[in-house]
Amino acid sequence: MCGFGGYFGSIRDAEALLARMIAAIAHRGPDEQGKFVTPDAGLGHARLSVIGIGDGQQPMSDVSGNLTIAFNGEIFNYLELREGLIAKGRRFRTSSDTEVILHLYDEMGEDCLSLLNGDFAFAIWDNRHRRMVLARDRMGVRPLFYTSKDGVLYFASEIKALLKVPGVSAEIDPIALDQIFTLWAPIAPRTAFRNIHELEPASVLIATQEQVTVKRYWHLDYPHRDAPSKVTNEDDAADELQALLTDAVRLRMRADVPVGSYLSGGLDSSLVSALAAGMTPRRLQTFSVTFDSAEHDESAFQTEMASALGARHRTVACRAGDIAGVFPEVIRFAERPIIRTAPAPLYQLSGLVRQAGLKVVLTGEGADEVFAGYDVFREARVRRFCGRQPASRMRPQLFRRLYPYLPGLQQQSVEYLSAFFGTGNAALDDPLFSHRPRFKTTAAAKIFFSGDLRATLKGYDAAEDLVSRLPQAFSLWHPLHQAQYLETRFLLPGYILSSQGDRMAMAHGIEGRFPFLDHRLVEFAGRLPPEMKLKGLVEKHILRKAAKHLLPTAIRERTKQPYRAPEARSFVGAGELDYVRDLLSEASIAAGGLFNAKAVANLHEKCRTQPASGFRDNAAFVGILSTQLWQKNFTSQEVSAARAA
Amino acid sequence: MMITIKDKVRAFIVDNFLFGDTSYELADTASLIENDIIDSTAVVELVAFIEDNFGIAMVDSDIVPANLDSVDRISSFIKAKAETLAA
Repeated sequence: MCGFGGYFGSIRDAEALLARMIAAIAHRGPDEQGKFVTPDAGLGHARLSVIGIGDGQQPMSDVSGNLTIAFNGEIFNYLELREGLIAKGRRFRTSSDTEVILHLYDEMGEDCLSLLNGDFAFAIWDNRHRRMVLARDRMGVRPLFYTSKDGVLYFASEIKALLKVPGVSAEIDPIALDQIFTLWAPIAPRTAFRNIHELEPASVLIATQEQVTVKRYWHLDYPHRDAPSKVTNEDDAADELQALLTDAVRLRMRADVPVGSYLSGGLDSSLVSALAAGMTPRRLQTFSVTFDSAEHDESAFQTEMASALGARHRTVACRAGDIAGVFPEVIRFAERPIIRTAPAPLYQLSGLVRQAGLKVVLTGEGADEVFAGYDVFREARVRRFCGRQPASRMRPQLFRRLYPYLPGLQQQSVEYLSAFFGTGNAALDDPLFSHRPRFKTTAAAKIFFSGDLRATLKGYDAAEDLVSRLPQAFSLWHPLHQAQYLETRFLLPGYILSSQGDRMAMAHGIEGRFPFLDHRLVEFAGRLPPEMKLKGLVEKHILRKAAKHLLPTAIRERTKQPYRAPEARSFVGAGELDYVRDLLSEASIAAGGLFNAKAVANLHEKCRTQPASGFRDNAAFVGILSTQLWQKNFTSQEVSAARAA
Repeated sequence: MMITIKDKVRAFIVDNFLFGDTSYELADTASLIENDIIDSTAVVELVAFIEDNFGIAMVDSDIVPANLDSVDRISSFIKAKAETLAA
């Protein structure tokens, strides 16, 4: 797990540039650094040593010197792949997974990607074919960004390394901002930075002197909605799921250092921790965030699970004001505006893991996407149910059951519930049916956009842009699978795995591993009939069944509590930090040019006086503040001057 | 100049839900829900505004879009309630 940067083309002062690029992302790999330079290409690497600690230095070249790789991540099945390669006569000089990729690429070219089970991004300089090959894992766990300047392709694990390239400037991309304020994340390959792109998950980019091509080597897929399911027996499916998950955890326990586990107190991380505890010869170390607000805190479940596992459990308390305290760092690492504060406690949590001396943690992330755990899936089912009898006064009452943790919703009349969830006039064939209310609610925060920004956007519609990127087969899938695709293909890599995952963990040099995102598990779950995942309104039904003998009943049967953190009220009121006041002042907002200064001042005052503001106000507050922080971090005059120096 | 109920309602909506954006052309009959001006929490704010400013105690059956989903509807509701109280 590491960071890398590099270029393809001819540049001056290559060594110095690579040194600056790697220094910018040194937090990703505090253990070692290395460089490789030729007249046509260069690679730099910052290493977090996890596998092959003594002999896995990078960039790494093969025996011929024709192939050189810089690699971020882990190939979890590298031992099996290595055995196969040795059987074919390949000789290894190191014990690392990095060398396995080199040999495989030598054998198969970019087709080797289909054999890799892992979370990775890498760059291979292929001197034989005079080409640079960039690749990224199927689900988008590890990041990879690129840009071009004066005919040279530059790439890196984080954007801040690309900003070290002379002439590459940091400017906000207005379209990306609109996407964030609608969909929560930019749609890759777009990033918050104009002209800086993200290599999409499951993709490979091949650059030669003549051209740059990008192609996908794996697709998230679901069966036709009317096709008879090949999986019909629930008990067998639960057994197969348990076996797959066990193997996914087994592979992700591979490391030459101890592996810990995040423990939220929910089903997913508890299940991963339980499997891991049974595989480690040591006492498992678990890590949790606690909150001082009852609506966010899950510490009772965390304690119960840690105790059941006999784990060595540590917690970090996220108290009032802590989120505001770390938020500038969160945005510096996230490298984009965000509309929620949820990444901040995870930033604290990875700091705790680092303090404990660990480098690697397992997480339960991904289970909600793969096994239909999110409220948005249940909500869509209730909306369809209501849509079939729009006059019913009984059916909309189900919305209250869906959101017991939202007090504002509990007080709403049936008529308002119907109106807010769009049950009366819902277009059942809308490809965004499942997510439309969320997108509409979030997009309402765009009321704060300045006149200039609106004029620049010229009526751009992020939701319709998203529709235009859906695969042809999308309309043939079951509605639950359509909703899962939207969540898994866009929000998971665009927000969860990046802003809440890789970037918050790597800020402290911590590698997160995600057993539920093992591609074999994802493919298996895609083949399951929808009712095995969402049974009535019970989410992750098959996963609960698979967990039957592994978890205490209270953990296995509990209703999902979505991971949330306090929003606007973290920043306002007594003890409000100077940077918040400064960045939200009318002068700062006007100077930034993206928001209506008077409206923001009113919002700020409203959040001060009405701490229980709704989702729109919270999203707007966090979105505006983070955009201001983003601008200060990446585009302010001081930063530009420092970059040029 | 006399400030009407409708003026007060409009001013509250512009200040509280449009954050002072007077350039937004809010028609008297425009749906607050369909135009994304209020969300579920905003209904609670709206009810508090009516109760605090017009001395009206609202019951659950009052809190429906038919009474509260536009400037016109809110104004009419307040007038009707006030007349009932005065009677």
